[in-house]
Amino acid sequence: MPGERPAQTDPARPTKQARRRRSSGIGVPIARSRFLVIAVAVFVGLGLAWWAATGLGLVKPIFLPSPGSVAMQIAKLAADGTLWLDLKASMYRISIGFLIASALSIPIGVLIGSFRSWEAAIEPLVDFIRYMPVVAFVPLSILWAGTGDSQKFLIIFIGTFFQQVLMIMDNVKRVPADFIGLGRTLGLPDRKILTRIVVPSALPGIWDTLRISLGWAWTWLVLAELVAATSGLGYRITVSQRYFQTNTIIGYILLLGLLGLITDQVMKALEKVLFKQEGRSQ
Amino acid sequence: MSPKLRIAGLHKSFGTGERRTEVLRDINLDLADNEFVSLVGTSGCGKSTLLSIVAGLQDFDAGDLSIDGAPILQPGLDRGVVFQSYTLLPWLTARQNIEFALKAAGYDRPTCRRIALEHLELVKLSGSADRYPAELSGGMKQRVAIARALSYRPKMLLMDEPFGALDALTRHQMQELLTQIWEEHRLTVLFVTHDVEEAVYLSDRIVVMGIGPGRITQTFNVDIERPRREEVMESPAFMDLQRGVHKAIREGSRRPEMA
Repeated sequence: MPGERPAQTDPARPTKQARRRRSSGIGVPIARSRFLVIAVAVFVGLGLAWWAATGLGLVKPIFLPSPGSVAMQIAKLAADGTLWLDLKASMYRISIGFLIASALSIPIGVLIGSFRSWEAAIEPLVDFIRYMPVVAFVPLSILWAGTGDSQKFLIIFIGTFFQQVLMIMDNVKRVPADFIGLGRTLGLPDRKILTRIVVPSALPGIWDTLRISLGWAWTWLVLAELVAATSGLGYRITVSQRYFQTNTIIGYILLLGLLGLITDQVMKALEKVLFKQEGRSQ
Repeated sequence: MSPKLRIAGLHKSFGTGERRTEVLRDINLDLADNEFVSLVGTSGCGKSTLLSIVAGLQDFDAGDLSIDGAPILQPGLDRGVVFQSYTLLPWLTARQNIEFALKAAGYDRPTCRRIALEHLELVKLSGSADRYPAELSGGMKQRVAIARALSYRPKMLLMDEPFGALDALTRHQMQELLTQIWEEHRLTVLFVTHDVEEAVYLSDRIVVMGIGPGRITQTFNVDIERPRREEVMESPAFMDLQRGVHKAIREGSRRPEMA
């Protein structure tokens, strides 16, 4: 009974139902412009809600200051140099801490991803340590390293290194077995297979791991600075709490979010440049 | 004349103790110089394992393996391998992928470049020398892989279902190209495939393997004249042989204890 089966209508002219199915649903692609409009609308909407809530006096400024007040406060701190000093201190700490963690995690991750004996020696231990909460190490880190920069490096290290090692191990294990087989049939020794095939092949994955773990490093930096510091973004947030400067706190939190977003985008952009020939889809 | 490749009394099993399974039992196979031999058989018959043992990528329990009389102990440049999966290194161009192998074989830079370009021409990919694997189709990638395996002049070529991942049309084109190259340049080839038509079209001899455990059950000589072109696939002799091989594979896919 063809009359009851709408599927039999002219396929060149989709029915309304069919057309609607194409613009939404699981995994259905949308235009980039549409994506942007939705994303921006959410930011603008939240901003407006914030502005309205404070402007209408629904919340006290001591709990939630207005967007204008936050902007003014950040501008003031930028003008008197406080903001830049805080930023400089924090950027220095995250750079060094993250570099130390990455410089150690990459070779170790490659090693345990390639050799089963090394994996047996290191992987279970790292897996164990990584479940110890970083926060619980803060008092210990102060005892060990004081309240200076080295304590920040230590906390960032503890927070990122152990995760990085395991993720890089996975990146290395995902190198196709036939790539290694190819190296062996070409008579290459293990060392050369590692440096010429395994590492370059795992590099896009390792870069991704670094990008993701850099995001976590921000969290651990601020944590370390909140507890014990005399400068930095986290320190300023703690001090501001003492004087009920909610506008500084919110301004700095937003700034931290922005910094995380920027570093992430920079890493992503670099990834596109560094590995452009690899067509990441394969 | 002594054989190019000699496989004598080869046994292979996986695992130990209770969980030990025999994958290859008493394999005896000689390949003459410049002979093209295909291994066919139902999945699990161990044909890929056998190829991988000859490549030196897997060890074996007992038996003798030699190439030109010298025992095979490890992988080496005397055997060129083409894998089923695409093994072009994605960060190198087509030309650089071939140069990578040549460099491993110890050639100097200018020679690497010259030989790489020659071999890209051989597989009709001169125009794609500077393209990356991500920009090449599956068939093109396998052509580069074949060019790479030929480039350092191995004593023999080992191919493990090299066209298995390609669509039917591309596979036909690749078979034509491989026959052409082989007929012009002659080389000892051990070729694993599950495609009987492909085996008949390409080979001088077809070795059928059976399961339970993996063993050689039957051998067919392919007495079809060369040069072979696609039309030959429709000749009665070709079809007869194809039917015969199919039958042998079916018989080999029954475990002997059940038969």
